[in-house]
Amino acid sequence: MVLNQIEELASRAFDELGKVTNSRELEAWRVHYLGRKSNLTQILRSLATLPLGERCGVGARANEVKEAFEASLAEKKKSLEQGLPLSLQRESLDVTLPGQQVLLGRLHPTTQILDEICDIFSGMGFQVVEGPEAEWEYYNFEALNMPVDHPARDMFATLWIDFETEAGDRPMLLRTHTSPVQIRVMEKSHPPIRVIAPGRVYRYEATDATHEWMFYQVEGLAVDKNITLADLKGTLFEFARRLFGGGRKVRFRCDYFPFVEPGVEVAIDCLVCGGAGCRLCGNSGWIEILGAGMVHPEVLRRVDIDPEVYSGFAFGMGVERIPMLRYGIDDIRLFYSNDLRFLRQF
Amino acid sequence: MKVSLKWLSEYVDITAPLEKLAERLTMAGVEVNETQVIGAGWENIVVGKIVSVDAHPNADRLRLATVDLGKQQITVVCGAPNLAVGDKVVFAYVGAQLVDGHTGEIIQLKPANIRGIASEGMVCSEKELGISDRHEGIMVLSPEAPIGAPLSEYLGDAIFDLDITPNRPDCLSVIGIAREVTALTGNKLHIPEVHYGELEDAIDSFASVEIIAPDLCPRYCASLLTGVKVAPSPQWLQQRLFACGMRPINNIVDVTNYVMLEYGQPLHAFDYGGIRGKQIIVRRAGEGETITTLDGVERILNQNILVIADKERAIAIAGIMGGLDTEVTDDTTTILIESANFNQAVIHRGSISLRLSSEASLRFEKGLSRDLPLVALKRATQLMLELSGGKVARGLIDVYPGKQQREPILLSTAQVKRLLGIEVDVSEMVKVLRLLGFGCEQTESSSQVRVNVPWWRTDINCTADLVEEVARIIGYDSIPTTMLSAPLPIHKSMPMLSLRHKLRSTLVSCGFQEVLTYSLTSSEMMSKLSPEPHLMGLTPIKVANPMSREQEYLRTSLRAGLLSVLARNERYMEGGIRLFEIGKTFLLQEKDLPQEREMLCAVLSSLQPELSWQGKAGPVDFFVAKGIIETLSSRLKLVASFEASEDEGLYPGRSAHIIIDNKKIGVIGELHPKVSEAFELTESAYLIEIDLERLLPHAASPKKYQPTPRYPSMIRDIALLVDEQRIYQQIHTIIQDSPLVDQVALFDVYSGEQVPEGKKSLAFRITYQSATHTLTDEEVDEVQQQILDRLSRELGATLRA
Repeated sequence: MVLNQIEELASRAFDELGKVTNSRELEAWRVHYLGRKSNLTQILRSLATLPLGERCGVGARANEVKEAFEASLAEKKKSLEQGLPLSLQRESLDVTLPGQQVLLGRLHPTTQILDEICDIFSGMGFQVVEGPEAEWEYYNFEALNMPVDHPARDMFATLWIDFETEAGDRPMLLRTHTSPVQIRVMEKSHPPIRVIAPGRVYRYEATDATHEWMFYQVEGLAVDKNITLADLKGTLFEFARRLFGGGRKVRFRCDYFPFVEPGVEVAIDCLVCGGAGCRLCGNSGWIEILGAGMVHPEVLRRVDIDPEVYSGFAFGMGVERIPMLRYGIDDIRLFYSNDLRFLRQF
Repeated sequence: MKVSLKWLSEYVDITAPLEKLAERLTMAGVEVNETQVIGAGWENIVVGKIVSVDAHPNADRLRLATVDLGKQQITVVCGAPNLAVGDKVVFAYVGAQLVDGHTGEIIQLKPANIRGIASEGMVCSEKELGISDRHEGIMVLSPEAPIGAPLSEYLGDAIFDLDITPNRPDCLSVIGIAREVTALTGNKLHIPEVHYGELEDAIDSFASVEIIAPDLCPRYCASLLTGVKVAPSPQWLQQRLFACGMRPINNIVDVTNYVMLEYGQPLHAFDYGGIRGKQIIVRRAGEGETITTLDGVERILNQNILVIADKERAIAIAGIMGGLDTEVTDDTTTILIESANFNQAVIHRGSISLRLSSEASLRFEKGLSRDLPLVALKRATQLMLELSGGKVARGLIDVYPGKQQREPILLSTAQVKRLLGIEVDVSEMVKVLRLLGFGCEQTESSSQVRVNVPWWRTDINCTADLVEEVARIIGYDSIPTTMLSAPLPIHKSMPMLSLRHKLRSTLVSCGFQEVLTYSLTSSEMMSKLSPEPHLMGLTPIKVANPMSREQEYLRTSLRAGLLSVLARNERYMEGGIRLFEIGKTFLLQEKDLPQEREMLCAVLSSLQPELSWQGKAGPVDFFVAKGIIETLSSRLKLVASFEASEDEGLYPGRSAHIIIDNKKIGVIGELHPKVSEAFELTESAYLIEIDLERLLPHAASPKKYQPTPRYPSMIRDIALLVDEQRIYQQIHTIIQDSPLVDQVALFDVYSGEQVPEGKKSLAFRITYQSATHTLTDEEVDEVQQQILDRLSRELGATLRA
């Protein structure tokens, strides 16, 4: 009999509803007893097929049960919601206990700053390129307008590689700056050129708190028609402010590097004293951050770029100096002695 | 270089405040490092004259000095041994700030009563004035010092410490700096005029000069003075040399130094009496030839060194240092002054090979003007004449085989604009260049000038050089800042960069700290990498001039650097150390630059951190390390497989090749115990090494998109019994390669009770998936049966009941 079915259904449903403890179970109960595929819905849909005599009673009872289900559902829902804070009170945690540690490494501070520098220049359309660390003397010096015995070579104490040609020359070295990448790029491509080249460089130098024999530089080069010193200033001004903060003053002064003319030194106002003069800036109020200039016509001519048609600017900067300034690190040797107590601070 | 502002102001009026002048010079390329003011604290200190010296009634070693100060005379007690009536001295009134001669502290002078005599004031030593450390007696001023004048007016000065760039040897001189000041301020330049009387006797009758190596000595000038009296220089000259950091010697040598500082031309004074055969010969040194230099050291020379010689022997190392035999002494009466131009390279190389440099060599090696020797020689001759009381032989010697003609340079406003990005009109351009001493002539075009470079500017050779001159004098600040407006170049993809980024970020997420280690290492370090100490495999590349044995070779692997860092950090970290480095290794290539191979190396210490309150972390074993590789390859959407390997540095039987697409790209394994020991590791460690150049072609290949499954998958678990020695990889491959199989995961390995002797049980969860339809049980049953049949046939595996 259908009526019996309804009663059975009802008692089972109320039984189960009593056992429901959370909203997920409640939803399952609703689908089972009140959903489109539930027995009750099917009974209600099939009323038309019942004999007329039964139809009335079954219909009435089924609707009654449906309403009772809905009412109980609403009531249960309410009680579940009210019950929620109670369970939390019962399970009070000592939230000050340490959390489950997930091992996390860090990138070396040099890598972090290199990424930052490359990102800034990428945003200005510079492509990241790389060149060899063991280099020919030609690329490191000669092609950069520093022939043998050029006095500027003294600025670059060189580590030479133990390799001699048949003529007795020793033409291989560890690059003393990233500038040879300029030549390699210009040899292989034609203007427009806009690249930056990060990498390791080496010097024959005794180490102390401010000198390392191995360090990183980032080189930049832009060559095209109509590139001017004003573009150099704009690009490096933008870079300095993105790296050191929008409020920084940036100073451009005349300086000398054999492979540029005019030559430029870029400095920012001292991060410690703000320009008043202190030990960090040697009382000058300024901190040099990079060397730059317009690519020397001799350098362009050597790579078959006509200096009457094209011009360009180049710049180079020491990398470790930047985190040293930013974090007040007073000893460059910390970078490559790899003490984790140092590295994990970044 | 140090420049006295007092001296500088003899050549150019200094109207700007010091700070402003320093800033303008710095901005224009002549960097002022430091400004030192001499006499800034000299208040209440004046010039006085000692009018009488009397004995102290109560002390033998003290005396009473009466000092005339113009307006008054004061008597003070003084212990100095060099009190002399008539001397001009420095007198400090009560209230002056002085340096205490004993403690070095700054004190304020108070009235004193010394052994019963009141003493208000003091006669000072150089130390008390803060000028030098001399304290053995009072400072004696020159007789012309004006009585009563404040000392700061008479002796005060400011010293600029300048950084001169190597292209500007002309600025290694007071006149050079004066020229810069003129250009920057527009104030007129006064160069001293030189004229002096000469003897009847011509210099040719005294000496001749022959240049045998004209390529190394383009010009040699000389003058000669007879009847000189060698004596100390007057005080003004000594003071100037002191202020510029040089030591006064005598009136002859001091003049050569003075003129070097004034004009930038090094000079040398020979005792003519020591020159044998009346002849100066400029030649290369003989191999093994010796000379004793002014510093008393005997030097062994070679053919690459240029010497000044007489008929018999070398008497000076050209441009570097004079010889002891012809040194000017108190007995010297005839002087030959040399003013020459030497090839910069020969001086540079000579200075390096002799490990000897001097003020002279530092100037010559930067390349000096060939017009300078004569100008400086005349000036030196005049000064020496004035100070030494001799006579000058008539004429000068001037041997000039290297005479050059300098071509004018054309400069147009368009060229200036093209490089600077700013319009500078012709009149402005010409004004700036003329202030710097350039000659400017009109050309056919009104926007172009023909520029003649002044003789002292050896650094100006092309248009760009002139553009810099214009820019630095009008000031870089007046150039606008613009952004690059040209079209962007074509951007090439850099797969290595993106590979590196992915590997780095994944390793960092897996708990690895990145380190960067030196590219140079020692043979000892490399030999620690194998159990039997020897250099592994590759021949390392040697540095010709290493700074130490620790930095003698280019690394051929990253292992040693990383293991040293691990060992060092184990001393203060409590375990759980994971490190990696991505960097270049250097491999020898025949007659070419080394091959620079980029490697990834990672190490995991098996030393575990202390217990956590949530329980101990699992052990670090081979499979932890292997999991790292699998994580990395998963990041790159690659599948790595492994094959047992023999790597000398790794534990036999606990190492494997890492294989991607059938190519060996690296190794993984536990360190060989002897290697751990050699590096002094506390516990064993696991090592991962990947050759990025080999990995790159696989990592870079683009993967095609796979549609996400539209039909439900079906999961089945099976447990297989196989022989103990069976290798997992083979079973996995058979299952994975079967149709409909999407994923296979091993979830249990068991041997022991309930498993027959010599067998092990492997449990797999297999996920079946079809891209075209919903799978049926029958379909999956059939595939799984085929799998089991194949496993049984090929590997003898049976389904575990």
